[in-house]
Amino acid sequence: MAGWADERVDNFMGNLLRIGVSAAAMVVLVSGGAYLARHGHEAPRYQVFIGEPKELTNVPGIVEQALAWNSNGLIQFGLLMLIATPVARVVFSVIAFGMQRDWVYVAITLTVLGLLCFGLSGSHL
Amino acid sequence: MNTLELSLVIAVGSVLAGFLGALTGLGGGVVIVPMLTLAFGIDIRYAIGASLVSVIATSSGAAAAYVKEGYSNIRVGMFLEIATTIGAITGTAIALRLPLRVIAVIFGVVLMYSAYLSWRQEHDSMVAHQPDRLAKLLRLGGTFPTANGLQHYEVQGVPLGFGVMYVAGMLSGLLGIGSGAVKVLAMDKAMKLPFKVSTTTSNFMIGVTAAASAGIYLNRGYIDPALAMPVMLGVLAGSLAGARVLAGAQVRTLRLIFSIVVALLGVEMIFNGLKGRI
Repeated sequence: MAGWADERVDNFMGNLLRIGVSAAAMVVLVSGGAYLARHGHEAPRYQVFIGEPKELTNVPGIVEQALAWNSNGLIQFGLLMLIATPVARVVFSVIAFGMQRDWVYVAITLTVLGLLCFGLSGSHL
Repeated sequence: MNTLELSLVIAVGSVLAGFLGALTGLGGGVVIVPMLTLAFGIDIRYAIGASLVSVIATSSGAAAAYVKEGYSNIRVGMFLEIATTIGAITGTAIALRLPLRVIAVIFGVVLMYSAYLSWRQEHDSMVAHQPDRLAKLLRLGGTFPTANGLQHYEVQGVPLGFGVMYVAGMLSGLLGIGSGAVKVLAMDKAMKLPFKVSTTTSNFMIGVTAAASAGIYLNRGYIDPALAMPVMLGVLAGSLAGARVLAGAQVRTLRLIFSIVVALLGVEMIFNGLKGRI
C-alpha cells in the first residue's frame, strides 16, 4: 500500500495533532478572555475544592453550556477539544493500520482506543 | 487578588514553567502542581486537573513536529500505550481514594527523582542490533534520521519496558504529570532505543496517556475551566518558545539550576504533605 506508507501517515498525524491543539487553544483563549471580562473582578474560588457543577463534568452538559454561549462552558468545550485530540490520533491510527492491512496493530490500537473510551466514560471508577 | 490578577500571575508562572521545562527536557507539567499548591494555595485536585490538561497540550504540540521529522517510533508508541493507559486509569482510580497529603508526599518523591535523573542525564549510546522475540513479532525496529542518512535500530527488553511504562502511566494518572522521565527510562535503558527516538516517542505517548485520566478527572469535577485556561495557554506558549530556543542553546547550567529548584519543590511538597497542609 504505497499510498499509505509510514511517511504519509506520519505527516497526516502531525497535521492532525497541530490542528487539534491550535483549535483548542484558540477556543480557550477567546472564551477565557470573555470569562475574565465578565468575572475578572470576582474573588478566585479554587483555594477550596467544591468540584465543578454537574453540567461542566460531562460531554452533553458541556456542549449544551457552550451552545448557550456560557463562557465557562466554552472554555470547558475547548479543553474537551484538547482531550479529544490524542483520541482522534488513535482513531486515525486504527484506520491507517487497517489500510496497511496490519491486523496486529489494528488490534493493538483498538485496545488503546477501548481503554481511552473506558477512561473518558469515567464515572464507574 | 481578584480572578483577573491571579489568572495573569498564574499565566506568567506557567509560561516560565513551560519554557524552562522544554529547555531542560524536564517538561513543564512537573512544576505546575507544586507552583499552584505551594505558591497560590490552590487545592491540589484543581491543580492536578489543570496540569494534566496542559500536559496534553504541550506533548501533542511537540509531537506534531517530531512525528513529521521521522524520529518517533509509532509502532513502539502504540504498543506501549496499552501499558501507559492501563497505568493511567489505575493511577487515577487510586488517586480518587488516597488522602491528599499522601498524594503530596508521592509527588515530592517523584519531583526529587526527576531532578536526580535530569542532573545525571547520561544515556546509553548502545543501539541494539538484535531484536528480542516480542520485538521481532511486533516488528518494533525502525529507522531515524542522522547526519549520515537513515540509521536502522532494533528493540530489546520489551517486557521490562512494558512494565516500566505501566508505572509511568500510573504516576501520570496519580499526579497529573506527563512522567516523560520514566517513559524515556523505559525506552532508553530497558529497550535500548536511540535516545532521540526515546524522547520523541515518549512525547508522542504522553498525550494519549494523559487523555485517559483527564476524562476521569473531568467527570469528577477536578478540571476547572477558569484555572485550566491560564495554565494550559501559558505552558503551551512557554514550551513552544523553549523548543525554538533549544536549537543551539547551552543548557547545562540552566538544567542544573532547574533540577535544584525541582528538588527543592519536592522537599517542600513532602514537608507540606507530612504536615497535612495540602
